Amino acid sequence: MNPVSYLYLSALLFTIGGVGVLVRRNAIVVFMCVELMLNACNLAFVTFSRMHGNLDGQIIAFFTMVVAAAEVVVGLAIIVSVYRARHSASVDDASLLKL
Amino acid sequence: MENLIGLLVLAPLLGAGILLCGGRALDRVGHWLGTLLAAVSFALGAVLFADMLGRDAEDRALDVTVFQWVPVGGFRADVGFHLDQLSMTFVLLITGVGTLIHLYSVGYMEHDERRRRFFGYLNLFLAAMLLLVVADNYLLLYVGWEGVGLASYLLIGFWQHKPSAATAAKKAFLVNRVGDVGLSIAIMLMFTTFGTFAFDPVLGDADRAGEGKLTAIGLMLLLAACGKSAQVPLQSWLGDAMEGPTPVSALIHAATMVTAGVYLITRSGAIFEGAPDAQLAVVTVGAVTLLFGAIVGCAKDDIKKALAGSTMSQIGYMVLAAGLGPIGYVFAIMHLVTHGFFKAGLFLGAGSVMHGMNDEVDMRRYGGLWRYMPVTFVTFGLGYLAIIGFPGLSGFFSKDKIIEAAFAKGGTEGWILGGTALLGAAITAYYMTRVMIMTFFGEKRWAPAPSPDRPSAEPAAEKHGDGTHGAGELPHPHESPKSMTIPMILLAVGSVFAGGLFTLNDTFLKWLEPVTGHEEGDSPVSALTVTGATMAVLVVGVALAWAQYGRKPVPVTPPRGSLLTRAARRDLLQDDFNHIVLVRGGEQLTRGLEAIDRTVVDGAVNGTAVTVGGLSGRMRRLQNGYARSYAVSMFGGAAVLIAATLLMRAV
Repeated sequence: MNPVSYLYLSALLFTIGGVGVLVRRNAIVVFMCVELMLNACNLAFVTFSRMHGNLDGQIIAFFTMVVAAAEVVVGLAIIVSVYRARHSASVDDASLLKL
Repeated sequence: MENLIGLLVLAPLLGAGILLCGGRALDRVGHWLGTLLAAVSFALGAVLFADMLGRDAEDRALDVTVFQWVPVGGFRADVGFHLDQLSMTFVLLITGVGTLIHLYSVGYMEHDERRRRFFGYLNLFLAAMLLLVVADNYLLLYVGWEGVGLASYLLIGFWQHKPSAATAAKKAFLVNRVGDVGLSIAIMLMFTTFGTFAFDPVLGDADRAGEGKLTAIGLMLLLAACGKSAQVPLQSWLGDAMEGPTPVSALIHAATMVTAGVYLITRSGAIFEGAPDAQLAVVTVGAVTLLFGAIVGCAKDDIKKALAGSTMSQIGYMVLAAGLGPIGYVFAIMHLVTHGFFKAGLFLGAGSVMHGMNDEVDMRRYGGLWRYMPVTFVTFGLGYLAIIGFPGLSGFFSKDKIIEAAFAKGGTEGWILGGTALLGAAITAYYMTRVMIMTFFGEKRWAPAPSPDRPSAEPAAEKHGDGTHGAGELPHPHESPKSMTIPMILLAVGSVFAGGLFTLNDTFLKWLEPVTGHEEGDSPVSALTVTGATMAVLVVGVALAWAQYGRKPVPVTPPRGSLLTRAARRDLLQDDFNHIVLVRGGEQLTRGLEAIDRTVVDGAVNGTAVTVGGLSGRMRRLQNGYARSYAVSMFGGAAVLIAATLLMRAV
């Protein structure tokens, strides 16, 4: 199977994630879309690694996963505490940071 | 001997310091202390004079450097004194006449509660003037110059509770400042040209500098002299300076202040000789002021202001003579000395008259006083005869010499200057006779004492102890106390004999010649003709005044008078001219500058601020707080960056 197809898939997933981040209001969904984008990147790394016969991309993918896991911990904690405080998980409700 | 020069200046300075800082404890002796220190200064001057006479004419000058004032690298400004015959003449005049005026003030200011302060200022005046004439460089001279300006400000405004006196003091100070700027520029020019401002190198090397430079320096020195000596166009302060107590007027007009300009021009003779254009300006200023002051003097009814016009005119004679070069220097100084005697005498006489007349200054309210004030009448009369140049008295010799020198200038210029000086002599005879007749002769035109709020009233009137000078009562003219009459008598003696003494064997000429140099001019008319002409105009002037004021009664309210008379009463419109040209002009200028400041400068600053403010108000809307919109801009920005990168690579 042509590895380039994986790149197309990766681009598709990234686009879906990006659009999700931009258009959805629910913080949880936005968060999931961010994860989707990260994983699309991982897919691209692994694919390039395979294409060029070089392990660097695979190692980077592991790093990304670790960072993503940490980010999930912090991000979910913030979302939960915002929800407790404001009874809403909508990112548009948290718009106080302006003049 | 040299050390005495420092003491000469220090004595009155010490007096000023003690009297001004001493507090009320000195109220009872302060005036005698001030007089004593002035007399000490005169005694020191006399000792130095005797010492100077004991040496040869060529090495009479004394030089002493007291300390280095501003030593910076190669630059040196020293406090040093240079006492030669010219300075010596001034020292004797300043301290001699100054001491007499101190003595007179003891009586005149007796009822003023601020008498101690007054004497402190008088001493300061003497000290500053002495410093001015014994300095050996222009910078130290400038210190004395400014000191004189300060002291005159303090004294003219001595009765500071009168708004007119305060204004007059301010006016004198401001007009003097214009001249002072001229002197400071002249000193700077000297420094850039010669690298120093000590008299010896500057005046010795004067001929090596270009004529343009010398003309510039000369004109600036002339401006300075105009300010201090009240010459056209900076003469307007002199009339108003009469707001000060009368002894101050005598001091300013006879011994100090107005003579400073003549000293400066004579001292800087070498500079003017290298710059004929500047010399021409000097004689022009002198000739114009000579007539200007005389005409003003003819129209004034205020006795002090009439005398002030006269001073202006006489100083004009001196400046004219000083501008003539070596043919005139000696006579300028000689006239200065004789004028010092008779003008001081006249002012003290005027003060004595005012003292006896409830401090009335309007001559139209005098009349017939000769019977009541014999001493004042005789001394004033001798001063009067001296100033109009009555044969044998001081003014006759000195003024005659100046008129001769003016003719001796040669050519058309000589005729014009000589004619002007002669005309001035005629007008002098006219206005002085007018003063004399209106004050001492004719019928009594006395009026009740002026109420204290009349502007012409001298406030000492309020303080008279014997209670006879209350407002609304007719004056009881009486002779003044001894402390006032003795100085008047001494000055009258000087007015009578000084001129003859100086002219006998050319004493004064031989005395000053080593310093100022002298050459006989080539006069188109003989000395005898000039003297004859002077006598003729003298008789004409006196006769005119007698016809106008002596034969028929003097009206108490001044008649309307011709256009010239009315202009002369207003100082020949000098103040109006200043007001329209300088005050209005200055106001317009400041208004214009303010408008430019408001529209252009403030406009640029405020415009920038408004633009930035408005812009940021709109930009602020971008910060809406929605995380998603920030995300859009991040994505958009990233997309644009990537697109740009790809595009660049493609190109």
